[in-house]
Amino acid sequence: MSLIEITEIRKSYGTNEVLKGINLDVEPGEVIAIIGKSGSGKSTLLRCINGLETITQGSISVAGAQLIDDELHLKALRLKVGMIFQQFNLFPHLTAGGNVMLSQTVVKKTAKAEAEAVARKMLDRVGLGHKFDAYPDELSGGQQQRVAIARALAMQPIALLCDEITSALDPELVAEVLAVVRELAAEGMTLLMVTHEMRFARDVCSRVVFMHQGRVHEIGPPEEVFANPKTPELQQFLGVH
Amino acid sequence: MIEFSTWDILRNLLLATRWTILLSLVSFVGGGAVGLLLLFLRISKRKAARAFAKYYIELFQGTPLLMQLFLAFFGLGLFGVDVPAWLAAGMALVLWTASFLAEIWRGCVESIARGQWEASASLGMGRLQQMRYVILPQALKIAVPPTVGFSVQVVKGTALTSIIGFVELSKAGTVVTNATFQPFTVYGLVALIYFALCWPLSKSSQILERKLNVAHRNH
Ligand SMILES: Nc1ncnc2c1ncn2[C@@H]1O[C@H](COP(=O)(O)OP(=O)(O)OP(=O)(O)O)[C@@H](O)[C@H]1O
Ligand SMILES: [Mg+2]
Repeated sequence: MSLIEITEIRKSYGTNEVLKGINLDVEPGEVIAIIGKSGSGKSTLLRCINGLETITQGSISVAGAQLIDDELHLKALRLKVGMIFQQFNLFPHLTAGGNVMLSQTVVKKTAKAEAEAVARKMLDRVGLGHKFDAYPDELSGGQQQRVAIARALAMQPIALLCDEITSALDPELVAEVLAVVRELAAEGMTLLMVTHEMRFARDVCSRVVFMHQGRVHEIGPPEEVFANPKTPELQQFLGVH
Repeated sequence: MIEFSTWDILRNLLLATRWTILLSLVSFVGGGAVGLLLLFLRISKRKAARAFAKYYIELFQGTPLLMQLFLAFFGLGLFGVDVPAWLAAGMALVLWTASFLAEIWRGCVESIARGQWEASASLGMGRLQQMRYVILPQALKIAVPPTVGFSVQVVKGTALTSIIGFVELSKAGTVVTNATFQPFTVYGLVALIYFALCWPLSKSSQILERKLNVAHRNH
């Protein structure tokens, strides 16, 4: 059984069908890069997987549990699947440490001392142990994004969804965030990431998914997808020939 | 005829001012509580709850406070319920205040970026937890100046309750005028007292607004 099983999912906004029957099985420890043109449905797919959008048809299951749209099931799902956003979305009224502690104490009811210990450990892990007391607006974009990663990790998820997590960063800050992701991948975290960092996708990912007009248009290991794109759409997207 | 000194007039007015202050406080605190409830309904996931709060707010904002006072006072009387003036005044003002505060606060909650809802949801928080720990702490900062500013409207709104016979500052002004035949002095003093109540409120609203804008933006 795969860790994440996505079966024939469809998603429409009004009459606009954005996902047109997606199938994707993700094995534990896989790192999947999702690439494609703007509007091809990459974000929508990730958002459906952790229930930020409700699917119109099809089914999603994570670690054997079906995605059902009620608060209890959604909460159980979100404890297993974390999400990192393009715009970081840190809580501005809390320090970096507070950001990492909040969901532990509120959702998991972890005792404060323990939550703080976990928060320090997670911030250390992303190289920001010394920024525990800093507020988000005192941090650089790269640091904020690393805090967001620490915040998601503190919930001990079995998979992470990353939606263009370096796209809002200045070029010189991209590397520090990717380094953290690379490390997570090496430690065996299951990752689904929408990215425009083709080098990174080639180096780190086990499979690449090319989305086009709401469908998985091509899928395969990076060597194959990048070196030998089969469809004209992917060839055009990669700018070959 | 008895002579009234200015001091006599002022003393009587100040005694009545207590009731204006008390009624304002009750309206503001009660209206705040009901308003918070309305706010939760207004942004609820349930359509019926949202619709109820929306129509409530439209109804109370779309009719004059005076009519609401009349209805609370005379309307319930029709059903054989004898409502004392203070109760009708308090009730109408609480419900009226609630409708405005709910709408002010809704604007503040909706000004919080959608990403805050999404991030907290993706961490497994339920709707109430999101509100309690993520949204309201941020919305509250934005809400303070307009909320304090609106309290001025509440204080002035209490003046209308004189019409259904509640003896607060305005009503006392009328009574004292009838006894002294010095309308200019009396109403001049009444106006001064209202000003003394309202001015600090609107001033502090302005100061708070400036402070919260200047202060380190988010904390
Ligand atoms: N909330 C929404 N309401 C209506 N339409 C939406 C909504 N969100 C996305 N869409 C539409 O769905 C389509 C796919 O959007 P999506 O954000 O998934 O694309 P994407 O592949 O992530 O693009 P990008 O690379 O620009 O982020 C787009 O046509 C978009 O207009
Ligand atoms: Mg996107």
